[in-house]
Amino acid sequence: MKEYTVHLSEKGTIAVDDTILVKGVQSAAGSRILEGYIPLFSAEAVTRLECKGYVVSGKTHVGEFGLDLVGEFSYYAEKEEDLKGAAASLVAMGEVKAALGVDVNGAPRRAAALSGVDFLKPTYGTVSRYGIISGAASGEQMGVYAGNVEGVSEIMEVISGHDEKDGTSLKGATYDYSTDVVAGKRVCIIKELLDNVDDKTRERVNAFAETLRRSGVVVEEISCDLFDLANITWQILMTAETCNNVSRYDGVKYGYRAAEYKTIDELYTNSRTEGFNFLTKSVILYGSDVLSKDRYDDCYGKSLKVRRVVAEKFEELMKRYDAVLTPVCSQTEYKAYDISEAFEIVFKESVFTSIANLIGIPALVSGKIQLMGKHFSESVLLDLARCTERVGE
Amino acid sequence: MNYEMVIGLETHVELSTESKIFCSCGGHSAAKEPNDCVCPACSGMPGMLPVMNKKVVELAVTAGLMLNCEISRYTTFDKKNYYYPDLPCAYQITQFNHPICTNGCVTLKTSNGERDIHINRIHMEEDAGKLVHAGKASYIDNNRTSVPLIEVVTEPDFRNVEEVITYLNKLKTMLRSAGISECEEGAMRCDVNISVRPEGSTEFGIRSEIKNMASFEAIEKAIRYEVQRHMDAIEFETEELVQETRRYDDLSGKTFAMRNKETAADYRYFPDPNLMPIIIDDEWLKAIKAQMPVAIDEKSDAYREAGISDKEIDVLIHNHIASTLLDDVVALGCDAKNASGWILTDCAGILRKNGKLLNDLEVNAEDLAAIINMVVRGTINRMSGKKILSAVIEKGVDPVAYCKENALDAKVDTATIEKIMDTVLLENSKALEDYKNGKVQAKQAIFGACVRALKNTADIDIIRELLDKKLNNL
Repeated sequence: MKEYTVHLSEKGTIAVDDTILVKGVQSAAGSRILEGYIPLFSAEAVTRLECKGYVVSGKTHVGEFGLDLVGEFSYYAEKEEDLKGAAASLVAMGEVKAALGVDVNGAPRRAAALSGVDFLKPTYGTVSRYGIISGAASGEQMGVYAGNVEGVSEIMEVISGHDEKDGTSLKGATYDYSTDVVAGKRVCIIKELLDNVDDKTRERVNAFAETLRRSGVVVEEISCDLFDLANITWQILMTAETCNNVSRYDGVKYGYRAAEYKTIDELYTNSRTEGFNFLTKSVILYGSDVLSKDRYDDCYGKSLKVRRVVAEKFEELMKRYDAVLTPVCSQTEYKAYDISEAFEIVFKESVFTSIANLIGIPALVSGKIQLMGKHFSESVLLDLARCTERVGE
Repeated sequence: MNYEMVIGLETHVELSTESKIFCSCGGHSAAKEPNDCVCPACSGMPGMLPVMNKKVVELAVTAGLMLNCEISRYTTFDKKNYYYPDLPCAYQITQFNHPICTNGCVTLKTSNGERDIHINRIHMEEDAGKLVHAGKASYIDNNRTSVPLIEVVTEPDFRNVEEVITYLNKLKTMLRSAGISECEEGAMRCDVNISVRPEGSTEFGIRSEIKNMASFEAIEKAIRYEVQRHMDAIEFETEELVQETRRYDDLSGKTFAMRNKETAADYRYFPDPNLMPIIIDDEWLKAIKAQMPVAIDEKSDAYREAGISDKEIDVLIHNHIASTLLDDVVALGCDAKNASGWILTDCAGILRKNGKLLNDLEVNAEDLAAIINMVVRGTINRMSGKKILSAVIEKGVDPVAYCKENALDAKVDTATIEKIMDTVLLENSKALEDYKNGKVQAKQAIFGACVRALKNTADIDIIRELLDKKLNNL
């Protein structure tokens, strides 16, 4: 029954992950609940690429609603090897020129680091969210996987820009991914984020820092407690918004419907019980809890306020630095694990990625490390990554 | 013991916009088949995002201004979560924390004198769809899904049924006069909050909320039933009152419990991240105010002063299209009383002949003013004017060109009129004699006879002019 196919396509074409709608092609966000859902329209980014003559060749596996670590929990991918049918690995294998992925909780960034390709999650509002199977609207953003920063820039220039179909798309902003010199730029490494990572990861960050220094970049290690706070805040907002957005998948209108039911409540319950995986269910439960009347003020309401505090503090930090250099994951290797542990594991690993979703800043994964900067600092991040790529050559 | 009822109203009103609140689907009220007016957005498909319909904001602000509310300069939308098959997204987009209007007040004229009813808030939201039950199956019709509503919430200021019905009538009149809502059957729905307390008490009794009533008659009956139920419970301890939501059953005339405080749903409201806060700046507010019709009371007075009859005023203040057309025609220099007759008698008559209503009227003010002016100036007579008006309404012709093409203005042939007038003078030789002998009033009788004879041929002013000339030359 798992006949979901990944079209491995000619070189030079673009793949999009399964949370991105392509007209006429099943788009199910890796979830059984959307089995058989054929969208009537394509995502804005897909349309823009096609208008520029790019061929969007197919859909790639994605973990259910993009909630997992690297895409391991897709309903349509049975084995771990199926991770090779995911966007990052197709780019790594050179099967496609680039791919689009939706970053709701860091999964594309971790997948890129695992495969050794680049992924840019741009500033929130840069790429239209029209045509994304939405999870957490306030922080999710579509980004680009490519083999190098040139590839990322090329695709970003096509898909960026205002779209009136998306009220969160920024008006009047212009996007410039051209290059500049990096000498004299200032980058910081967060001490707390290196405390609980394996040696290889730490070495990688340090090696990247060294390369930057050789190009004339000032790299300093500092102490900063924002990341844990940003993580728990984003997990609260992300679970709540996802819980709300997936509540429309009820077996009534489209997608999966349970075979057995007598009443409308049973139709809902059975379809959702069978249609969602354990991780999505955990997110739904966590999300409905933080929104409940008794908990709202202490959880969701407070998180909205903390989000502003984190944004202000990060802005302060970015007055002294041009970018932050961090790991993407705590480990360099992906180890398979049981889905019953997924919620805790993803929560823990998201400490490196959440801040970018929470406050909408750009995050670039390149050379298996991550660079983040203030809003619209994509070109700085790309320049910094470019100078290490040149060393690699 | 004497009891007092304490009532607050939540009135949902469907707005008269061309499209739905967050997508461009339109014309749901004219839809013939279920799901004729749906798109991926209003049927809850993934990937679609809500885009705010600006007109909804403007109509809500207009309603707020008419109800003397404070207009929020910063207003946001929230999601209200609940599962029901007629709610495709499993949440309704509404306003919880920052409604668009707050703190209003409306004064009612009741048999006990004037009463102030305070408005707690007005907020914008989307409507849900409809379920159609047939046999064992249920079907979903999303035509109404995402149709814009405003909810007008009053303070618990009502003390009797008369006040409630007076308020609802006034609200309906206001909303219709401003083109905010047609308030047709089902487009205005009420939730009624009721409690009862001993007269003189300042504390509120236990409250029940009767949901979703569409007719004033049902509201009145439900209130009477519910108040009696509360009084019986307090006085005779027939039952224990609990705070609960109830529904009114039209057939039995009774209310029934739906859910109580313990089983009440937790709607898990939270701000909708897909809709940016709406900022209403001075400029926008000024533009909305400029578009606003004059307040009904002022408007009625102005019409009355212009000599329009009370019967016509009643039609005009309920009909936004007619009153707007009248105001525009008057602005173009026409007399209000005369123009009102053209709209309410002649236009309405022509529409009726075509099986249409005054609401279907599509005449631009310039065309109507041109016709009225031709008649007033005597270029054509009233009959020809009506003929041209018919052609304008039915075929959309240009009135001046149509008049020329059909030589309607040629009918005014002074020689013919004078000939008829001579005959009239002969027939009224007695009056003519009186006039010659200095009896001024006799002129009026002659004039009347001429008008009767020439009614369909010439305009009054022409008749008067020609008659004066004739009499002066005697």
